[in-house]
Amino acid sequence: MPTDLQFRDYSLTGPNAGRGFAANDWYTTPIPRKRLKELMRRSDRPALINYGLWLGLVFAFGTLLVAAWGTWWALPAAMVYGVLYGSGGDSRWHECGHGTVFRTRWLNEAFYHLTAFMALRNPYLWRWSHARHHTDTVVVGRDPEIAFPRPPSLRDWLLNLLYIRAILTELSKMLCLGAGRLTEDQKSFLPASEHAKTFLASRIQLGILIAVASISGALQSWLPLMLIGLPTFYGSWLHHVLATTQHAGLAEDIPDHRLNSRTVYLNPLFRFIYSNMNYHIEHHMYPMVPFYRLPDLHEEIRADCPPPYPSLWACYRELVPAILRQQTDPGHYIRRPLPDGAGQTPDHERPRFMAAE
Amino acid sequence: MANWTRACATGDIEPEDLIRFDHGTRTFAIYRSPADEYFCTDGLCTHEQVHLADGLVMDYIIECPKHNGQFDYRTGAPERSPVCEALNTYPVKVEGEDVFIDIG
Ligand code: FES
Repeated sequence: MPTDLQFRDYSLTGPNAGRGFAANDWYTTPIPRKRLKELMRRSDRPALINYGLWLGLVFAFGTLLVAAWGTWWALPAAMVYGVLYGSGGDSRWHECGHGTVFRTRWLNEAFYHLTAFMALRNPYLWRWSHARHHTDTVVVGRDPEIAFPRPPSLRDWLLNLLYIRAILTELSKMLCLGAGRLTEDQKSFLPASEHAKTFLASRIQLGILIAVASISGALQSWLPLMLIGLPTFYGSWLHHVLATTQHAGLAEDIPDHRLNSRTVYLNPLFRFIYSNMNYHIEHHMYPMVPFYRLPDLHEEIRADCPPPYPSLWACYRELVPAILRQQTDPGHYIRRPLPDGAGQTPDHERPRFMAAE
Repeated sequence: MANWTRACATGDIEPEDLIRFDHGTRTFAIYRSPADEYFCTDGLCTHEQVHLADGLVMDYIIECPKHNGQFDYRTGAPERSPVCEALNTYPVKVEGEDVFIDIG
């Protein structure tokens, strides 16, 4: 049965805008301070091993792609290169955006800007929109990063397997920001002091893309673009498949990450590509914990959380029917079961009067 | 006119850590640096009013637990977005094993 939710306005300046929950309203599983400090501690060593390995693989498969160009071997080389660049780069951009990866700050920043370009995202705009996503996770009218508004668009989801829907959005953002223009939604979370940096970053990214396209044109070869720019299209599919599990089909407007986010067990290869973001409840509950400590954080809080999905397959078996049902019944969502003895979800309704202030 | 208020004992804070100190309606953060110096700032992040006491101290930086914004707790200066506004800082003195802050 269609409900009024079908017509919910997800924009940040519409009738559902206004205040979200207060920071203290959100549920967190208590962890002794001493243990939490251990989990939050940054270290360059595991970060350099992970990022060094990743960057080494990007270069190795990029070199293979160049060497195999013009033969059929270029196809598998491009597939692996694309996933490392598009999907591995996207997850690393996210981690560096939180600044939790390296203890050395300039390393975080350097990798953040590199991977933001690889993901074709504006590094300043996204830092601020992502801050809002963490303040108001899946709160309608507040969270600018709700990827599955109800009813979700299956067409957009399929297009995003080749990054097509997202890239149209990101490229048009890049052009508008490069021209010094912000939408009303963007103005609602990006402070004026960040505007100049935001515009400059888009201009630089655009300049690099134009330079690479020009080199491709001059050489009459797709190869330069296959190495820089296009991998975001042909290699982001894995990130898209994995990131869909984060919040899709779950509750909206509830101050409890255990109920609006998912933790899914993945194989080590996917976890490497995805920077352990499959521990998504953990990441949202304690965003200070670097990705390489998320498995330990998971053990710390798992007794207080819904059971993790044993595999990607198990997650999609629940997720796909839910978003299909939301096509005709947007009020439907997956209610995650809390185990016996788990902490109670805070009893804070988002008050109606807060909307549209 | 200084208004020294006892906030805690020196041993209440581990090196390179902080604690929360509430006084009346106000809340503060008291820091112990890796070099065993003590500092005091407002207790709430200037971005979204989250308690900094749940954050992480690294050298002379306090990182906010909500969005990883950073301040230099010696000066209160913002060091990493999304914080833009400085924290207020307050003079601190240590007498014996007691930490006092001057909250004006
Ligand atoms: S509340 Fe402190 S950085 Fe956002």
